[in-house]
Amino acid sequence: MLDKTQMERLEAKAVNSAKTQQPLYAPRKKIFPKRASGSFRRFKWLVMAITLGIYYLTPWLRWDRGPFAPDQAVLIDLANRRFYFFFIEIWPQEFYYVAGLLIMAGIGLFLITSTVGRAWCGYTCPQTVWVDLFLVVERAIEGDRNARMKLDAGPWTARKLVLRVSKHAIWLVIAVATGGAWIFYFADAPTLISEVFTGTAAPVAYVTIAVLTATTYTFGGLMREQVCTYMCPWPRIQAAMLDENSLTVTYNDWRGEPRSRHAKKAHAAGQRVGDCVDCNACVAVCPMGIDIRDGQQLECITCALCVDACDGVMDKLGKERGLISYATLFHYNANMMLATAGGSSSINPSLVRTAVGTFCDQAAYFHIRKIFRPRTYVYMGLWSLIGLGLLYSLLTRDRLELNVLHDRNPQFVTLSDGSIRNGYTVKLLNMIPEPRTIIVAMQGLQGAEMSVVGSDLPADRFFGIAVEPDRLKMLKVFVRQPAGEVRHAAQTFKFRVEDKANFESDEYTATFNAPEIAR
Amino acid sequence: MSDEHIDEVSGISTTGHEWDGIRELNNPLPRWWVITFYITVGWAVAYTIAYPAWPMLSSATKGVLGYSSRNDVKNELAAAEAAKGKYAAAVESKSLSEIASDYALREFAVAAGGAAFKVNCTQCHGSGAQGSKGFPNLNDDDWLWGGTAEQIQQTIAHGIRFASDPDTRLSEMPAFGDIITADQIAQVSAYVASLSGKVRDATLIQPGAKIFAENCVSCHGDKAKGNRELGAPDLTDAIWLYGSGETAVAVQVRAPKHGVMPAWIGRLGETKVKELAVYVHSLGGGE
Repeated sequence: MLDKTQMERLEAKAVNSAKTQQPLYAPRKKIFPKRASGSFRRFKWLVMAITLGIYYLTPWLRWDRGPFAPDQAVLIDLANRRFYFFFIEIWPQEFYYVAGLLIMAGIGLFLITSTVGRAWCGYTCPQTVWVDLFLVVERAIEGDRNARMKLDAGPWTARKLVLRVSKHAIWLVIAVATGGAWIFYFADAPTLISEVFTGTAAPVAYVTIAVLTATTYTFGGLMREQVCTYMCPWPRIQAAMLDENSLTVTYNDWRGEPRSRHAKKAHAAGQRVGDCVDCNACVAVCPMGIDIRDGQQLECITCALCVDACDGVMDKLGKERGLISYATLFHYNANMMLATAGGSSSINPSLVRTAVGTFCDQAAYFHIRKIFRPRTYVYMGLWSLIGLGLLYSLLTRDRLELNVLHDRNPQFVTLSDGSIRNGYTVKLLNMIPEPRTIIVAMQGLQGAEMSVVGSDLPADRFFGIAVEPDRLKMLKVFVRQPAGEVRHAAQTFKFRVEDKANFESDEYTATFNAPEIAR
Repeated sequence: MSDEHIDEVSGISTTGHEWDGIRELNNPLPRWWVITFYITVGWAVAYTIAYPAWPMLSSATKGVLGYSSRNDVKNELAAAEAAKGKYAAAVESKSLSEIASDYALREFAVAAGGAAFKVNCTQCHGSGAQGSKGFPNLNDDDWLWGGTAEQIQQTIAHGIRFASDPDTRLSEMPAFGDIITADQIAQVSAYVASLSGKVRDATLIQPGAKIFAENCVSCHGDKAKGNRELGAPDLTDAIWLYGSGETAVAVQVRAPKHGVMPAWIGRLGETKVKELAVYVHSLGGGE
């Protein structure tokens, strides 16, 4: 075991430290995050692999929809205004499904944030994931924290030039791949990739790649934590969602303070000594460059890498893990009360420990019960309610629809035999990728008959018409009622469409107008 | 800022500005933000040099790129014309029946004719081509001068009773107020009205029929079905240009009104007239 008093102290300082004097305009303080290792780091690697995998691979998944629809599992077909997601096909007027999913995502975020804090920021936000990826490249080429700091401070040598150029080159390759992957969601991926490489893709594809390459490279490589601190509104919004029962990454000063670099000496001198040896490992690994020991702060994305770093140090020192840990404000306050004897003294870490040095029973970080509280029940309830509503709506939605527009100018035409004619634009929506024959029939409006403009169908009260797969068929229909049958100036009747093969139907109640004198 | 003041609570220096004892903390902007700000300033200056911007006495600076919104419109109109060119040329060279049988061409002609109709024809025929008293409804199946596309085209091209066009459609009903007596007018009006509806005094119908046979059949036909060669209306149907019923008919018999439609061929040209013919034919009454 290492000498507890001689744990190496890393030269690291928080960029937002209040003690630092600031010039009129603040230059960015460079951050060189040290590689962390531990359970949270492993979890983050896993999340990174899954999220990046989903992003890059999804467009290449295939899904057979028959000969009349694309076979890409996830496709946003803007040109034809269709959205395909595995077995679901969405038309533009069904966009509320996407709106519903976004609302669910919003409430889901409330739920996650109120229980485990800014987990979105720390683990799954694209900014976090890509910065992490860019840092992997940086470490692989320039080395870990100290090597990078030395290189950055050193003069421009040939070696530095080579390292820097290769780092930025790899970043650019990642950025291009990121922009490149995006466009495959909007067109058939295998076709588009050959078009992209042969220079025959649409200009918008290249523009999209260029824009996303620029944003990925700038945000992930150059701006990094500045995006979170200055540009992103989420930290402000999420901070408002936390309460005293939410888990946040917390420096447990009730057992850490007073921190001391020479614990043994201080102990021998009869001073109070906390668990923190002031090694700065937590600051060195922080991708935001902050010191978690300054307390909860806006910049903290709760990536928990400082937890890993501190746990590593505690292991080496033979102390309990969790000096920095996920903890709720509720438990933190309780522990603080213990350590300060109800707030009457400054922190005395020995108060939370039993005589043999273990934590006393009251000391705790978190209890699973805290997840289940009225607030989270409400979020879960809302979330499930909307989810079930969407699911029900999805399972019972129409795949055959009828829309009718009544001609308004003129509303009616008197024909030479005195009969009255109204014009309607009838739109038949065949929302499945199969051709269908649709029966269009009239209900009501005694004696009236329909004729379809531009077709040879005889005037009748119903007709059958073939509709192409996954298409809208627009018909101009004239409805003519003999003079003697006209009852009112405005009579209602129904258009009914039916697909006998699929047992689907839809109705539209339309109005038939006639002049007053025709009654 | 010689006497720099540090705020005690936050440890941040202040700007030296003070209001009622409240000092403003100096929380500086990040550098990238400042750089972006200066870039936008530079961009704005460059923009005013590149594009028309600064107002001068009579006009504004032209800008080094030579941009003008008027040219933009001109180019866009030219591009629109070029896009229409293929179809417009086809409409010009093809006959009306050929246009009718080509779906895409017919759609184009209907749309182009509809646009031309809104500009040139709605003043008399109404925006829905529904007409009004004295101005025919073009949606119905009753045509004074014929309802085939060719006949419609002829009517649009050369007009009706339009003196300056030698090919115009010409006919005039005599003013029977000078030829027959008022009683006879009442009788013949009752007869005509009886062909499509009820009349007040059925005893007038019989003598009216006699007067009709003597004076009217030459143009309106012995069954009063009209004659499209002469633009003589069908008097047995439900459509009346100057109103239905005995009184309206009597007014028209005594001193007939005659509508005039201008000839459009000189003003719109062959292609537009064709498009208009296709459009009017498509309204629902075309034969």
